[in-house]
Amino acid sequence: MRGPVPLLAPAYLWLTLAVFLPLSAMGFFSLVSDIPVGGRAWTLTLDNYAEFLARPFYAQLLWRSLELGAVVTGLCLLIGAPCAWVLARTIRGRWREALFILVILPFWSNGLVRVFSWAIALRGGGVLDWAVNAILPWDVRVNLMFSWWAVVIGLVHSYLPYVILTGYVAMQAIDQRLIEAARSLGASRRMILWRIVLPLSLPGLAAGAVLVFVPVVGSFMEPRILGGRAGTFFGTVIEDQFTAVFNWPLGAALSFILLAVVLAVLAAAAPILRRSQ
Amino acid sequence: MTAVLNAIGRGWLILTLAFLYLPILVMAAMSFNASPFYRLPVEFSTRWYAALMGNAALKQAAWNSVWIALVTTAIATALGTAAAIGLHRHRFPGRALLQAALYPPIAIPWLITGTAMLVFFYFLGIPRGSPAVVVGHVALAIPYVVIVVGARLKGFDPALEEAARSLGARPWQVAAWVTLPYLAPAVIAAALFAFAVSFDQFVISYFLAAPGDTTLPVEIYAAIRKGFTPEVNAVSTIVIGLSMALMLLVARLARFGEVR
Repeated sequence: MRGPVPLLAPAYLWLTLAVFLPLSAMGFFSLVSDIPVGGRAWTLTLDNYAEFLARPFYAQLLWRSLELGAVVTGLCLLIGAPCAWVLARTIRGRWREALFILVILPFWSNGLVRVFSWAIALRGGGVLDWAVNAILPWDVRVNLMFSWWAVVIGLVHSYLPYVILTGYVAMQAIDQRLIEAARSLGASRRMILWRIVLPLSLPGLAAGAVLVFVPVVGSFMEPRILGGRAGTFFGTVIEDQFTAVFNWPLGAALSFILLAVVLAVLAAAAPILRRSQ
Repeated sequence: MTAVLNAIGRGWLILTLAFLYLPILVMAAMSFNASPFYRLPVEFSTRWYAALMGNAALKQAAWNSVWIALVTTAIATALGTAAAIGLHRHRFPGRALLQAALYPPIAIPWLITGTAMLVFFYFLGIPRGSPAVVVGHVALAIPYVVIVVGARLKGFDPALEEAARSLGARPWQVAAWVTLPYLAPAVIAAALFAFAVSFDQFVISYFLAAPGDTTLPVEIYAAIRKGFTPEVNAVSTIVIGLSMALMLLVARLARFGEVR
């Protein structure tokens, strides 16, 4: 084999045609008045972006999506970091391997189906309702379905394994001798946590946080299934432009705004992410 | 004190596992519930699985999902493995850029990638349908294949290939008898990965598939939006069981790849 070109060209041509050219094309479409197909009249314009600025509705929804991303990411860190620690530092041998696979497994199973399974659990008259009423002596109605919290629960369930996985990798690499040295020098448990464990696991946890935040901000299927009317977010509005309203240039502009936000988050996290590799 | 903390930690992990698995178990239990209104306690029945057999739309979608995943696996594994070898073996200007280019398909939300593909393919005159879905799935799967195979290549001793060559092996013989057998576990794991990426993919298929002739996740989504029925539970239980079994297999093979 002489050069790298014959090996690399097929894969990268494919990626160019299926990902990079479409993304560039979308940038172009966000700047036109109508899709330039079939002889339709079109002009270059900034109207689609002006529309985003003119109607506070879009900015509010983008904010709502960012807020959702922050809450879901926070909950994932809160739940996932202790799990990663327990898996990485206190459980040994075959058990650790088995538990680790158990944590990762749902993540690689069908995401849509997992979100749907919450619809069954959360609905009024569903299992959660039934269980709460079986325990409490008085009658309560538990119907979380079609609420903001249902969306949060579904998304945390979907993305929690990311944080556990990346946190686990970082925490496993912490040198036990550092902790022992600190302890023998009289450091308290809390001091060890704040001065050694957290700083050293931060890159892994930050990587996990980015991996959660980015897809949550762009989610539309989870809010649609679990949120009902409470499930309108930036992602669902983008989807609407393509599948219901058929205002593709506006959809392209909104998508590009979302992409800019995502890239900004990735760029801000890049120094920490690089450290984690 | 340490023992107490450890016990709390383990309890936390067990609660988290319960959170991860309970809804799935509930769904599986409900798929065997005779009552169409999810009445509790569960009265065992397989009527919803029987009903699946008569659902032509779901069967067609399941068949589409399987063949699309198989075609995606074949193409993505071949192209991705070649690219991983190319990236590993050669040092050239722009190599770091090519490696970085693997991440956007993974990191950018599928909503953005999916709508971009929809618009671009429409512009090119490629209609919505299974071929377009395959093009999209392969693009998503290639980075995973390159990363998985590339990780295995890091431990590859180039002296093995040199030895084969100096003993008179032709390039194809080196590839077939030295390089590929070494890579086999990673290539198989990557292929299973590619299959799972395609089989479970919803967003890209949702935007690229032709309405009425689509993949299983898209069909399930349509059924959920219409108002969910126990039939959806049954097919979802089958899908999640299959994909979990597949990933267990990947986990075994990936570890097999590390140990050797």
